[in-house]
Amino acid sequence: MQLQSMYQDIILDHYRNPHGRGLRDPYEAEVHHVNPTCGDEVTLRVHLDGDTIADVSYEGMGCSISQASVSAMYDLVIGRSVTDALGTGEHFVTLMQSKGDASVAEKLEDELEDAVAFAGVSKYPARIKCALMSWMALKDASARALAATPTGGQA
Amino acid sequence: MTQTVSRPAAGAQKPPLPLDVEAIRADFPILTRTVRDGKRLVYLDSGATSQKPRSVLDAERDFYENHNAAPHRGAHQLAEEATGLYEGARARIAEFISAAVEEVVFTRNTTDAINTVAYALSNAATAKEPSFRRYAVGQGDEIVVTEMEHHANLVPWQQLCERTGATLRWLGLTDDGRLDLSDLGTVVNERTRLVAVTQQSNILGTINPLEPIVARAREVGALVLVDGAQSVPHQPVDVATLGADFLVFSGHKMLGPTGVGVLWGRYEVLDALPPFMTGGSMIEVVRMEGSTFMPPPQRFEAGVPMTAQVVGLGAAVDYLQALGMDRVQAHEEALTGYALEQLQAIPGVTVIGPPDTVARGGAISFTVEGIHPHDVGQVLDDLGIAVRVGHHCAWPVVRRYGVPATTRATFYVHTGYDDVDTLVEGVRAAQRFFGVTPEEATA
Repeated sequence: MQLQSMYQDIILDHYRNPHGRGLRDPYEAEVHHVNPTCGDEVTLRVHLDGDTIADVSYEGMGCSISQASVSAMYDLVIGRSVTDALGTGEHFVTLMQSKGDASVAEKLEDELEDAVAFAGVSKYPARIKCALMSWMALKDASARALAATPTGGQA
Repeated sequence: MTQTVSRPAAGAQKPPLPLDVEAIRADFPILTRTVRDGKRLVYLDSGATSQKPRSVLDAERDFYENHNAAPHRGAHQLAEEATGLYEGARARIAEFISAAVEEVVFTRNTTDAINTVAYALSNAATAKEPSFRRYAVGQGDEIVVTEMEHHANLVPWQQLCERTGATLRWLGLTDDGRLDLSDLGTVVNERTRLVAVTQQSNILGTINPLEPIVARAREVGALVLVDGAQSVPHQPVDVATLGADFLVFSGHKMLGPTGVGVLWGRYEVLDALPPFMTGGSMIEVVRMEGSTFMPPPQRFEAGVPMTAQVVGLGAAVDYLQALGMDRVQAHEEALTGYALEQLQAIPGVTVIGPPDTVARGGAISFTVEGIHPHDVGQVLDDLGIAVRVGHHCAWPVVRRYGVPATTRATFYVHTGYDDVDTLVEGVRAAQRFFGVTPEEATA
């Protein structure tokens, strides 16, 4: 079975016991993203303190990969500036485009923490969008939250 | 042949299959390849697209190698041969559904065929030619669909309504996956211009009772379009007994090539419709000031057609007719009965759609408690089993039954009991992998 390379224990742990799940107040932006080919959905809220991500709260339904991805993302972005968090998101995209190249995962290990476990997903083109959905939602929600903040994130 | 260890449910019936599966498999080159590290390919995704027998591939190759030319043009021998092959295939495909040859229009696929009708109905409203305005759809008119339609038989009608100001109405579904016809008399009424309904659901497997729908449409003078994408490949379909005005289907789901589908239309209706696509091949006389159009079917076949694909579809129809559509249907019914029994015997598995073979085709959608369909599909893929997961282009259906998505297995002429056994074993493997086997829960 090749399955273990994708379904790492870390991923299944996040799937079964998601971190930060649930929609919470306050928030400056809420987005709803769907995966039109498969029906996966996530509703995601961002609460900013200045330009720091104070909270990301979410509800969603979808496969283990999409749900574990948003949980691992939650751990990575809370307390960081929007710019830093989205920079990590770019690294996650790089990992997803690595086609299973272990050297890419190795380089990104410190940066991506638990999320590096998604390296195996990059070998399955149909599942990459599952892993990326939450990061796309975060990017969208952060941009809207910054725009909605009176200080424009300058505070 | 199969390396699978099967554990049939108690009392599982395996009636002899009408088709010789081993002989048929030998006709499909792709079934000899392996997937995912040497696994036998168990192809249970014919509902999305079917595999092709060698005779279809040979027919296409022979066309390109020996007869390739644009049909209906050219003063040379190849053009003559290409035209003969193209029109010869049209005649065989017409015969396959008991239609007159001039009623068979070649399209890209079912989606294209439905859009051809939908755009004809809105183009009719602004047609210069009075004879093209007979079926015009406009404000105050209604189009009726059902809640179990594939997006291809829903979105074009939503768009037609947006373009014309007409209203879209629909027949709902019952809890057991059938059409709810209790309000047929009010949903289909004197304002209805067209009823679009699938003959066999691509997600639930349901075979719909078309007679009362066609009868009601006739009463109010509405047109009826039957989506045959999942019925024509799997059961005998005869347009004379169908009673509809249009039947649409795709070649690639019935052993034929991609890029060719059929719009069958009752001649007097087709003849009263303006074209959707315009250009070469479909014109009668062209002047700078304006043009006139050919009668059907040419009016709806603008441009050089998908000739090799039409020839391939002709070969696919020959292949199906040699097997016999009655036997194809009986074959799939036996497999469906066995698969329904086996799958429903697994604790945690729920079939979405009719639970038995009564008025039901071979599309089996199911959920596995505690495992998302994508994850089920991934485990099955790892075992060499190709299924479809997701909403199957019928999003309102999964929403109606309160599930985010389903796993769907579909059968065809090369499917055998060994394939079903592998699928059932695969579902159990998925339960073990994700730790949701009922045995483990009680251990």
